[in-house]
Amino acid sequence: MTAQQQTLYLLAGTAGVLVFATLVGQVLRWRFAARGQGDNPVIVNLNARIYAWWVMVGLMGAAFVFGKTGVIVLYGLASFFALREFITLTPTRRGDHVALLVSFFIVLPGQYLLVADEQYGMFAIFIPVYAFLILPILQALSSDTNRFLERSAKVQWGLMIAVYCISHVPALLLLHIPGYEGRNVLLIAFLIIVVQMSDVLQYVWGKLFGRHKIAPELSPSKTVEGFAAGVSTASALGGALWWITPFGVWEAAGMALIICVMGFLGGLVMSAIKRDRGVKDWGHMIEGHGGMLDRLDSVCFAAPIFFHLTRYFYTA
Amino acid sequence: MIERLVAALITGFARLVTGAQARWIGCGPSGEQRIYYANHSSHGDFVLIWTALPAALRARTRPVAARDYWDTGELRRFLIHRVFRGVLVERGADPRTKDPLVPLIDALDRGDSLIIFPEGTRNTEEEMLPFKSGIYHLARQRPGVDLVPVWIENVGRVMPKGQVLPVPLLCSVNFGAPIRLQQDEEKQAFLDRARLAIVELRKGP
Repeated sequence: MTAQQQTLYLLAGTAGVLVFATLVGQVLRWRFAARGQGDNPVIVNLNARIYAWWVMVGLMGAAFVFGKTGVIVLYGLASFFALREFITLTPTRRGDHVALLVSFFIVLPGQYLLVADEQYGMFAIFIPVYAFLILPILQALSSDTNRFLERSAKVQWGLMIAVYCISHVPALLLLHIPGYEGRNVLLIAFLIIVVQMSDVLQYVWGKLFGRHKIAPELSPSKTVEGFAAGVSTASALGGALWWITPFGVWEAAGMALIICVMGFLGGLVMSAIKRDRGVKDWGHMIEGHGGMLDRLDSVCFAAPIFFHLTRYFYTA
Repeated sequence: MIERLVAALITGFARLVTGAQARWIGCGPSGEQRIYYANHSSHGDFVLIWTALPAALRARTRPVAARDYWDTGELRRFLIHRVFRGVLVERGADPRTKDPLVPLIDALDRGDSLIIFPEGTRNTEEEMLPFKSGIYHLARQRPGVDLVPVWIENVGRVMPKGQVLPVPLLCSVNFGAPIRLQQDEEKQAFLDRARLAIVELRKGP
């Protein structure tokens, strides 16, 4: 199979899943409306989520059509919106202004330009070394020492999560895997499909069979049943998608399992930050889902690990 | 023509950088005449309120701004007169010789709505400053106009006083329930009540 054929099958399969989800959503809506519960919040939210999925899948598909540039621009924008949400919820002071300007207008585009230029070495250390050292210098130069460590740590965290981690998705294009040349876009598709289907399946199984809450203080909607069934079905889906990856069936399932577990735990960490700041959602950008970070929290934690495992074990 | 293009550019830019989300908490967007009064921490403030208003209301809502800042230089003059259609007031004028509120009353009598910042200057502290008395005199002279409290969240962080480049942060504009001057209400009591209405909005819906 050529890469084009594989992409085509993948798109057809994704569209099929979305059509199915849309039908289920509409049937549920009719049935609840017939019982006079047309405004049931779970159903309204479900349909808003499905609609948003069409938009997100459409954007991903469009980005793939434009190839490397499209993917870099898409994830660069996602990083921008994610960082904006993160910093919005983080109390910063006037003394942080220059550091924030540098984060948004130099570090963020710089990181994605390094991906575009295929500078792996610099890409890997740009934020953990250069930004890590230079931003607190800028903050110190403002001579505002009020809550200094807290403020500099928060800017660092925002950059690491929203820019560094997310940039590992398009960075998958940099990997040179023998026998897999020209197909790296499918590696991105594999990661995103597994991570997002893991979230969706955990939500669906949790709503259907969920009884025991897994972390009631952090995320009241996550259940043990949803987690176990969601992660195992999403890992099985990952195994079934082995034909778009450089992995064998079991390797693909194993990778998917790691992606799902990291995604789940990442979701818990990001929930902890939200609870700490006293909010339920990061933003309101994506109807039914919340903000950009609500949709990408699991990607943030899964992408770098997936990138480095693949790089360590599969590149020449 | 060019004015409308510049206005569209400014509101578009404000949306891109801040999201400019309007939350109508105590009242809805309505065409009736109003005085919007808000906390003030940045030059971005009235731009954000202006952006958050629906276009039809925006066309009839004029920001009140200080003449000594805006009437200097071609660009500022163009922006404040032609684009924002601002009402300029004299700061520090002697009220015994010249009533600084005359242009505001004139604008109200023409049917326009106003955006005012009763703190009087851009505030760099967390807490709002005490209100100047202008809002009380407006309410006394035009008692039939609703005063809508507005809390602008985050703009002070987007562009703090003294900075030129904005940091993109999500901002929201919370509109509260309208107030009016009550019969026999003392000046200070009214100013405190008006200020408290904004403080309440700060907590969100």
